[in-house]
Amino acid sequence: MAPAFEPMIGRYLRTEIDGVPHRIYFEEAGQGIPLVCLHTAGADGRQYRHLMSDPEVTRRFRVLAFDMPWHGKSTPPDGWQKDEYRLTTASYTAAIRAFCQAMELDRPVAMGCSIGGRIVLNLAIAHASEFRALIALEAADFQQPWYDTAWLHRPDVHGGEVCAALVSGLIAPQSPSAARHETLWMYMQSGPGVFKGDLYFYRVDGDLRDKVEAIDTTACPLYLLTGEYDFSCTPEDTLRTARHIPGAEVQIMKELGHFPMSEYPAKFREYILPVLERIASRS
Amino acid sequence: MTPVQRFERLADLLAADPDLRRRGRWVEAECRVEIGAEPFHLAIRGGAIEEFARGPRLLRSVAFSIRGTDEAWRRHWQRVPEPGWHDLFALTKRGEASIDGDLRPLLQNLQYFKDLLALPRRLTEGH
Repeated sequence: MAPAFEPMIGRYLRTEIDGVPHRIYFEEAGQGIPLVCLHTAGADGRQYRHLMSDPEVTRRFRVLAFDMPWHGKSTPPDGWQKDEYRLTTASYTAAIRAFCQAMELDRPVAMGCSIGGRIVLNLAIAHASEFRALIALEAADFQQPWYDTAWLHRPDVHGGEVCAALVSGLIAPQSPSAARHETLWMYMQSGPGVFKGDLYFYRVDGDLRDKVEAIDTTACPLYLLTGEYDFSCTPEDTLRTARHIPGAEVQIMKELGHFPMSEYPAKFREYILPVLERIASRS
Repeated sequence: MTPVQRFERLADLLAADPDLRRRGRWVEAECRVEIGAEPFHLAIRGGAIEEFARGPRLLRSVAFSIRGTDEAWRRHWQRVPEPGWHDLFALTKRGEASIDGDLRPLLQNLQYFKDLLALPRRLTEGH
């Protein structure tokens, strides 16, 4: 019997980000319009594996998901041990643009979730001409914090377990058990302080209030999709953000939470396929 | 059933869940849970409820307290809770519940405590 391979393949990319050499792991599947997928904080590109296994997507899109530096199988840069990891708007934007340029992607679509959704808003503000369309999942210009991130990295609390336990409530109750627990499993695996360092961008550095009004959706279409069970980035947060962006298309997704692509792939598909269809028909 | 009546069944619900007791096998904590105006004191050892007492316990020290309104627990324990009522931290974010005290034993065993406090969801009307 032939080996039962899944369609995606993984490789390591050598590239510089802000002049620093990096070794970036990514997976890809499909052909056509490049669709770069950005994972959530403290997680990695595996969150998009269902999208990469969906022929309805991959027949028209080349789906790529890279692990951010410090995440998944991407290596932190030399000397990482000397500093506390902190993601910023600038470093996050630089990493995404470096990946797209190194891969020689022609005006890709970028889709990000959570912190990935927030940075997609920044791409729309500052680099819209480089993208064909932008999709922000669970995104808003600002969200009210709901816990103290000091708990995420300390010797007397298991980082992986507490990260997963905190975010478990952001998953909708309708999420199938296997998908829920796979999503949490990924959250248990980030390096010490990585989730906390990502949230520095989310909570301290990445406040985009008053900046999203500069987004020009005629230059690059912007789609905002948020799950109704997401109490971190609430539907109200997304709707408020969308009101400041003329032309932004917004949708609240039923029976989904903060991790739509991994917590309930079949349900997410119902919402994302029509968006991808529209992007493909415009291209 | 009122939220208090549901919560009074907690020890039975935990006894019927060996997986949750296994996951809580390192838990050693005393805590106070308030269901509306009604306080409960819980002593948990090895994932099992060793002591479960309803009513005020004057000068009884506990590591942490979790308080929720009657409405918070009633809606949290619906079979499929509505958005914004489905998680302990959704309740605290909306101001319908609060947590205070020494949060370390709670955060060290967070999934256990969240699952423990969600157990009354399994009680459907008629039980």
